[in-house]
Amino acid sequence: MESYWLTGLIFLPLLGAIFVLMQGDERSTWRAAAVFSMIPLAISIYLLVRFDPREGGYQFVEQYAWIPQFGISYHLGLDGISLFLVVLTTLLIALSLVYSGGGDIGYRPREFCFFMLVLETGLLGALLAVDLFMFYVFWEVMLIPMYFLIGIWGHGRKIYAAFKFILFTMLGSIMMLVAILYLVHLAHLQSGALSFDLPSLYSVRLTPTEARWLFAGFAIAFAVKVPMWPIHTWLPDAHTEAPTAGSVILAGVMLKMGTYGFVRFAIPLFPAIALEATPLFMALAVVGIIYGALVAMVQPDLKRLVAYSSVSHLGFVMLGIFALNPQGVEGAIYQMLNHGLSTGALFLLVGMIYLRRHTREISEFGGLWHRIPIFAAIFMFVMLSSIGLPGLNGFIGEFLIMLGAYLKLRLAVVFAVFGVILGALYMLYAYERVMFGPITKAVNETLTDLSWREIGVMVPLIALMLFMGLYPRPLLNRMEPSVTAMLTRVQSAQVRLETPRPAALAALNPAARTLPR
Amino acid sequence: MTPLNLAAINIAWLPLCPLIVVAAAAMIVLLAGVRVRDDESQGLGALTLALLAVAFVFALGLLGQSGVAFAGAIAVDNFAAFFELVILMSAALVVLMSIDYLPAHGLSAAEYYALLLFSTFGMMLMATGADLIVIFIGFEVMSISVYVLAGFLRRNLKSNEAALKYFLMGAFSTAFLLYGIALVYGATGTIKLGPIRAALSSPMAANPLLLSGLGLMLVGFGFKVAAVPFHMWTPDAYEGAPTPVTAFMAVGVKLGAFAGFIRIFMVHLGPVSADWSAVLWVVAALTMTVGNLVALVQVNIKRMLAYSAIAHAGYILVAMTAAGSQAGGAILYYLLGYAFTNLGAFAAVIALERRGVESDLISDYRGLAARHPALAAAMTLFLLSLTGVPPLAGFLGKFYLFSAALNAGLVWLVIIAVLNSVMSAYYYLAVIVAMYMREGGAEAGALGARPALVAALAVAAIATVLIGIYPEPYMTGALHAFNSAFGAALPRTALMLR
Repeated sequence: MESYWLTGLIFLPLLGAIFVLMQGDERSTWRAAAVFSMIPLAISIYLLVRFDPREGGYQFVEQYAWIPQFGISYHLGLDGISLFLVVLTTLLIALSLVYSGGGDIGYRPREFCFFMLVLETGLLGALLAVDLFMFYVFWEVMLIPMYFLIGIWGHGRKIYAAFKFILFTMLGSIMMLVAILYLVHLAHLQSGALSFDLPSLYSVRLTPTEARWLFAGFAIAFAVKVPMWPIHTWLPDAHTEAPTAGSVILAGVMLKMGTYGFVRFAIPLFPAIALEATPLFMALAVVGIIYGALVAMVQPDLKRLVAYSSVSHLGFVMLGIFALNPQGVEGAIYQMLNHGLSTGALFLLVGMIYLRRHTREISEFGGLWHRIPIFAAIFMFVMLSSIGLPGLNGFIGEFLIMLGAYLKLRLAVVFAVFGVILGALYMLYAYERVMFGPITKAVNETLTDLSWREIGVMVPLIALMLFMGLYPRPLLNRMEPSVTAMLTRVQSAQVRLETPRPAALAALNPAARTLPR
Repeated sequence: MTPLNLAAINIAWLPLCPLIVVAAAAMIVLLAGVRVRDDESQGLGALTLALLAVAFVFALGLLGQSGVAFAGAIAVDNFAAFFELVILMSAALVVLMSIDYLPAHGLSAAEYYALLLFSTFGMMLMATGADLIVIFIGFEVMSISVYVLAGFLRRNLKSNEAALKYFLMGAFSTAFLLYGIALVYGATGTIKLGPIRAALSSPMAANPLLLSGLGLMLVGFGFKVAAVPFHMWTPDAYEGAPTPVTAFMAVGVKLGAFAGFIRIFMVHLGPVSADWSAVLWVVAALTMTVGNLVALVQVNIKRMLAYSAIAHAGYILVAMTAAGSQAGGAILYYLLGYAFTNLGAFAAVIALERRGVESDLISDYRGLAARHPALAAAMTLFLLSLTGVPPLAGFLGKFYLFSAALNAGLVWLVIIAVLNSVMSAYYYLAVIVAMYMREGGAEAGALGARPALVAALAVAAIATVLIGIYPEPYMTGALHAFNSAFGAALPRTALMLR
């Protein structure tokens, strides 16, 4: 009955981080880090196999009292929404550590591996926490290692980028903390029980004003992380200046924390307000899609281009989430995974070429296809996945999102489609300039193709892109019950909004709170 | 004239034991120091530690008792015991930091330790007093000893400036406090806190005498806890004083001052909280904002920590504004975490100082991580705790403070507080940036040769983590301690509100 899989999943990386610090030489450091990142990967795959696809609630649940005075419990659970994100996290951390061991990180490897593994603890903890306090703790914990990763091993204006990253996110998340405290306080007043447990907070009765403010508190924290236009400005700096592994985790996993937060917390806690805010969020999402694509098109720097493409892709995810129907939300979760795989892979590829040429300027390349065909072929594959070519993973996600958004708000889709076209345009245009044509720079003549280690890192990603493009059913099946459960909450709010029955009125009435219980 | 029959006076000695031990310790150390040369003073430090440990054991014995002694002048409750324990811990950590500092700077140890113990005595007296005059005496004993300590680097101009400024401003604030006490006495007819509370509990019209008394006492305590606009002395005093003394000022003095502040205002002036909480609202908002804003531009780490200490006093004032039992528990818990975190940070500053080399600029911390990874990691831990990053003590403390304030309906004050908290991240992280992401900087003295300092760092680091990830016993203890302070005044209805 009792299982400790989730605890193990979260804290084994932390244990590994301490173990890595005790390593003497560089070789054993990388080996230890790789081994310790494989353990959570193995656990997450085991959980994937054991996961019951018919169950919509939390599985592998662990719950103990932590700070009973505050009703804070150590409560972990895994459901269809977090399942694949957990696997994505463990996979990308393992791959980036294996990749970074190949020469990408030139100095202070022990600390690098330490921070990567602490980061993994933070990310997995945030994904698995069911208690709002615990979620907040892990949400903040993941900032610090990422801050160090950017600031120590980054490039260019790394300190500026690290500061911008952490201050933006902290500003957002501190508002969420106030919202959490206020929500719990209201729940305490209403039920007499003090609890930070997410399910127990669903039933808090809020006046529309309260709900709007609280939703805003959560939404700001998550929207900064996504990032939604217009609070995305930290992203291009952080992504560009971060070391390769940092960019992979930032884009691959950390941005999903924002979208995950909407699906897990902001929308289920305040469904009525989420419905009310749908047009706003869909509009911002569409602006993000087109803005990101347009800005990506004019980037001279390959990494910055990929960074801006994230703004565009995450816009799609937000569009799907706020469609608030099964197609849209499942498509959004699917697209989160796709973006993790393909953008993660793109950052790895950009890192590989940067390691060889120490530049990312598109104009410095040209004709690479002739010199490094394996690299070019893999790049092509990943790029097509990112564009959303049918048969590859990106297509499934975008299609579902479009379908969902179409059912909700047709106009949004009309604009979003332009994003798809522009996406193909900037990617293919960049690819053409980097790979095709004659070799114009002499240095490019002597480039070496990918090493076995680098190919080994890319293969799992490519295999997953293909699998998810051809056979999405097993994934969607496992998401569906949890997504349905979440949308049921939204629908009941919708019903209440459309036909205000007495009970619903009472729930919205501020005076109702003060009635004797 | 009949001789005074001493045996007939029934004196409850036991509650006084920690105080007596500390006062006696001061004199023992002073006498023992006669034969000790300044460069061989480690033994005196060890003696001081041992005597503090004895006092600590006596203070532990006071836990769980309740009542008043000396005809209501001394409170015997968990509140006093809690503060005595934390103050003694802080004093012990400061002694650990001083053991190698004093010979390195050629300071005479006996006077130093004696003054340290006397001011510890004053702080403990403030926490124990149930009588405005006793609290005032504690206030003075604490302050005068610290004035001297601040100027202990006799040949250092900055140290002299620190002492003079601190003394002048401190004397000023003392006058305010005393005048306030006099007016409150005039309004209520008593200086005992219990009867004052009883007098105020009966509905009384707005009494100008009482209100002016409250205002003046607020100013007096505002000076000692460095609340804006009474904070002007802090940065200069903190920068000039010997660093262990700065640590003691930032932690010990604050503990003592808040002990008195809380006991008088939150506990015994609770019935008229409407009269002072609005003022405190403004003071809290100002203190946080000014402290953090000015800290942003500091280049000297001691000054930065001084302004950060001002900001932290502001966070505590947020919860004082909220009043109530939960807020009281929150403040006590916060002070516990704050004591260890701040002492740890100052210990790290001391580690980087060597005789003749002033290494207290933030730029001196550049590249520290590469040269002294353990020291840099410890400093990072303390700075992150001060920022309020989970799961460290500083985060849980802020969390507790702010949730108490929210529960009392102070939504806007909490929003100001959390925005300040984000602002503070900037200057704390700037030190981390210097340590980890930049090159150059000053060479730190070897840590291996200073085991006492390492011990102080280790204790502070472990406590900072432990109080954060396993807060339950400390939170319960803090809440009980606060509630017990009501016991002396209102035996029955004290444990209310929760």
